[in-house]
Amino acid sequence: MAKVLMKGNEAIAEAAIKAGCLHYFGYPITPQTEIAEYMAKRMPKVGGLCLQAESEVSAINMIYGAAASGTRCMTSSSSPGISLKSEGISYIVGCDLPCVILNVQRGGPGLGGIQPSQADYYQATKALGHGDMHLFVLAPASVQEMAELTCEAFDIADMYRVPVLILADGALGQMMEPVDFDTIKKRDIPEKDWAACGHGGKRKKNILTSLFLNPEELENSVLARYEKYKKIDENEVRCEQFMTEDADIVVVAYGITSRICKSAVTAARAKGIKVGMLRPITLSPFPAKELKALSETASKFLTVELNMGQMITDVKLAIECSRPVEFLGRTGGSMMTVEDVLAKIEEMGGNK
Amino acid sequence: MSVVFKKPNAMSDVPMHYCPGCTHGIVHRLVAEVLDELGIEGQAVGVAPVGCAVFAYNYFECDMIEAAHGRAPAVATGVKRTHPDNVVFTYQGDGDLAAIGTAETVHVGARGENITIIFINNANYGMTGGQMAPTTMLGQVTTTSPYGRDKNIQGHPIHVCELMATLDGVAYAERVAVNDVKGVRATKKAIKKAFQAQIDKKGLSIVEILSTCPTNWGLSPVEALKFVEEKMKPVYPLGVYKDTTGY
Repeated sequence: MAKVLMKGNEAIAEAAIKAGCLHYFGYPITPQTEIAEYMAKRMPKVGGLCLQAESEVSAINMIYGAAASGTRCMTSSSSPGISLKSEGISYIVGCDLPCVILNVQRGGPGLGGIQPSQADYYQATKALGHGDMHLFVLAPASVQEMAELTCEAFDIADMYRVPVLILADGALGQMMEPVDFDTIKKRDIPEKDWAACGHGGKRKKNILTSLFLNPEELENSVLARYEKYKKIDENEVRCEQFMTEDADIVVVAYGITSRICKSAVTAARAKGIKVGMLRPITLSPFPAKELKALSETASKFLTVELNMGQMITDVKLAIECSRPVEFLGRTGGSMMTVEDVLAKIEEMGGNK
Repeated sequence: MSVVFKKPNAMSDVPMHYCPGCTHGIVHRLVAEVLDELGIEGQAVGVAPVGCAVFAYNYFECDMIEAAHGRAPAVATGVKRTHPDNVVFTYQGDGDLAAIGTAETVHVGARGENITIIFINNANYGMTGGQMAPTTMLGQVTTTSPYGRDKNIQGHPIHVCELMATLDGVAYAERVAVNDVKGVRATKKAIKKAFQAQIDKKGLSIVEILSTCPTNWGLSPVEALKFVEEKMKPVYPLGVYKDTTGY
């Protein structure tokens, strides 16, 4: 198939269908409503289902039921809607169910705005639900990557029995770029013999519950989950490095801001400044080892985010505060420019 | 020697945690008998609530999912829409179904989801120790309506079958009670009809069962049965509120 020009939101929807996700449950919210609209049009043509729920709360619980019965399924929303889904996400984690959740972030708190934002970083990576838990969080930076990572998200979810969150933003969701669906690779997926879809008299009943009143049992179930997280940490951390080999300053940015930073890094290099960029593709787990390695040679770090400084905490932790970490951010829906980032890099000095 | 009475196959052979005199156990047994009689245990997926019946997943032999508080109808929708040949039921109490889960309940009715809801109305929150429920009656004393439910303060009780009967997607809504033998037999019949309606893809079926809670009502089991008869039935009249099944 040749490349096609698509909106980021549409690319995600099409990629999900290509990944065998034939069940989508959602609720309209800007700036991701195109996904539900695309699904509503496409699903009946591929024998699938797009169901508009009465709320985000119901949509995530429909996902809970669909995932519990062993079906590949997906929901999408934007910041305020994701907050509503957090209860259901915690239950999904507690039952070790695979599914894909997309957050096309907008500004907050509260109803916030509808312009692009990365203000849900903490929520996504630290606490998208109550209890001892993490999500696997992917952060695409292009329409092509939105398609590729969506497909991979389903495989990773099924491999490890975890929900996967794709953290995008309003800019990525709305922008149009060429996308090629042929580059997408598929993994081997274990059979879902744990699913609650009727035992048919052929096996014992399956129970999916997150309730363990016995503290020891609950502790063991959490410990088993954290063993799984360890495996994910070992096998699935991903990042892109750009001109970091000899970098004195390392810019850390993900998603839409990484594209602005890439241009700024290129412009700074033209001025002779030794600067590079690390772009986390997985936000949770975070590419801490890679950053730690860079801190051996780089003398300064700069995180660039569409928020008041959230990922910066993870960068500081990754390099164990061994180097100064500066911050450049905009919030509320405004974007920094390439010039803003370049000026900040120049201000930080950096060895030529 | 022939067996004349035994545990239904769809019911697990484990002790239940319910209080003495609570009628949850009777309703569990009736559901299990119906799963046996219709031969659907293997296709069935049950969704347990948060409330006294939270451990329902331990008592049925079919596949079971434990939902978040009030969300069982949405979870059941997710199962049914991806597995239309499964027989999917929720088992919910009044707080779960008619307070925190009102939106989910109303909308499975509006959508006409082919699922069956077994709804236990005992007019209070049993598991947390007898607080006011959406079905608590005017004047009824609970731990959070210690002076009796006052319409000017706590508002009015919700009549679930009457409410659900207004929704076009609901095929069958009946209120029954398990406080006497006649009522138990009627309840079994209603539950069987509700599952049959689902199998025949008629739309949503809901059976509301007036049930006892002697512990939190502060009554003996026998007095609790009388409470259902004398106090609950006048407020929650038994009967078929909607039936488009054509049976």
